[in-house]
Amino acid sequence: MLAFASKRLGVALLVALTVSLITFSMIHVSGDPALAIAGEGAGAETIEAIRKFYGFDRPIAVQYLDWLSGALHGDFGRSYTLRQPVADVIFARLPVTIALGAAAIGFALVLAIPLGVLAAVKPNSLADRLALTLAVVGQAMPTFWFALTLILWLGVNWRLLPITGSDSWQNFVMPAIALGYYVTPAVMRLTRAGVLEVLASDYIRTARAKGLRPMTVLFKHALRNAIIPVVSLAAVQFGFMLGGSIVIETIFQINGLGYLAWESIQRKDLPTMQAIVLVLAVIYVTLTLAADLLNAFLDPRLRVA
Amino acid sequence: MATVETATGAAARIGVEQVLAPSPAALLRRRVFRHWGLMIGGVILGLIVLMALLAPVLAPYDPYDQQLARKLIPPIWHASAKATWAHPLGTDHLGRDYLTRLIYGARISLLIGVSAMLISGVIGTAIGVLAGYFGGRVDMAVTFIITTRLSMPVVLVALAVVSIIGSSLAVVIWVLGLLIWDRFAVVMRSATQQVRSREYVTAAQAVGCSTPRILLTEIAPNVLNHLIVVATLEMAHAILLEAALSFLGLGVQPPTPSWGLMISEAKGLMFFDGWLISIPGIALFLLVLAINLLGDGLRDVTAPENRG
Repeated sequence: MLAFASKRLGVALLVALTVSLITFSMIHVSGDPALAIAGEGAGAETIEAIRKFYGFDRPIAVQYLDWLSGALHGDFGRSYTLRQPVADVIFARLPVTIALGAAAIGFALVLAIPLGVLAAVKPNSLADRLALTLAVVGQAMPTFWFALTLILWLGVNWRLLPITGSDSWQNFVMPAIALGYYVTPAVMRLTRAGVLEVLASDYIRTARAKGLRPMTVLFKHALRNAIIPVVSLAAVQFGFMLGGSIVIETIFQINGLGYLAWESIQRKDLPTMQAIVLVLAVIYVTLTLAADLLNAFLDPRLRVA
Repeated sequence: MATVETATGAAARIGVEQVLAPSPAALLRRRVFRHWGLMIGGVILGLIVLMALLAPVLAPYDPYDQQLARKLIPPIWHASAKATWAHPLGTDHLGRDYLTRLIYGARISLLIGVSAMLISGVIGTAIGVLAGYFGGRVDMAVTFIITTRLSMPVVLVALAVVSIIGSSLAVVIWVLGLLIWDRFAVVMRSATQQVRSREYVTAAQAVGCSTPRILLTEIAPNVLNHLIVVATLEMAHAILLEAALSFLGLGVQPPTPSWGLMISEAKGLMFFDGWLISIPGIALFLLVLAINLLGDGLRDVTAPENRG
């Protein structure tokens, strides 16, 4: 287990390092950053001063190593436009996005797991077909359009929920639904397949044969094993959601990392964009690592690295 | 009286059954036509493709023609005095015919969906098949590349790159194509791994076929059905991503009629004229639904043993 864990950790670190290299090169592919900060019509002296101030006059490798060592210490440089350290801005906004992502994955699991179990207990029944139809329909709906439709009905026509902002928990209901529904089909299909497989196994037959109640068999014996892959899928999807929340946060004007990313893209604030991509990538890598280790811990067969 | 079957009679009966037994092609045809999802998806997609191809013939107006005097006419099912058969789906905030823009929008969605799918398909298939066939270090390297790609959020990276190099139709296609090859690579890798250990591949290796020949004549035909299914899914994925990028203003640029852009332009008016966002939204939904149904159906039909 230790060998497996250390190997996986090494790969995760290497991935994070590669992402940092890619995001760093984004700045330099895009042309002279000093020109971009100075704006149009700036004099040569101003541009030179900016180049000195941000250290763009040093060799690129030195700049990268400097940025990387800063990032390891939680220092992502200064934002071009916000006039404050990027790290401060990011860590002020990150909790909002994590809360939104957690609410979204919570919504998806609460909806998808019961539907998946129901579909697996009675395969090819009406409930199964309904769940599959829901999955197909859900996957075809554009997220942003679904979000706008929610705003139109729940927010404007029925006046049930506030439309924009991130002050109270009610602000998070619609965004969480809009962000979470897209994952529902995947979770549901996996739950259905897992429960179907487990229900056909020998120990379930034994449990039934010794006269346990069907509900006990289903929840205590079957679901407990079928849910393991769902947990790791949820971890991975949570990582995707943090990255995908940019559209939802922009629509609902939620003051999270996604909205910050959108603002930075609009202002061409490269250090902030760079740092957001890196932070999200590190979170994703950590989540998948945790999911892998959890699976390996629960199922020794997976420990073959 | 008991009938005693003669040898020739038995032979004749088997012969007749063999003649009457449906050919594999007929079996496939039967599976295709009895699969509801596949048929519905195919018909809707066919209609949308036809609409895109025949856009200049079908569209009643020019998609760029602005008639400010006729702006924001509601569609005909609205109980409004302004609704007119001259503009069945109404007009937008610049007085452009909505039906015309919807018809031309199908071209953009399909063009981006197909092109981005082809680019990502070539990349993903190439590295996936190589990883699956050679295994070992090649596999490790490819798995690492896939993991790295997956850890970078697609929408965010696409938006950042487009904002840096400027947005146009070609940029959107290339950025999406270069980003969404991950599923192709993952699926092709595992499909190739399965095929690689079959006897016919070993046989081809034993008689000394070259590696490119084995990949083309032994591996490729046997992973093709997986490839087609992923291709449909990724085409739908690219269409949704283009719509999201255009919606955020960093995809296809106005005045091009793109469904995502139409929703974006109508965003400010949605509280008063909800149909402005529902019409292109439903069009997007139908197109993606049709492609997904087709993909799911093709998987069921080409690999019936994996159903469920």
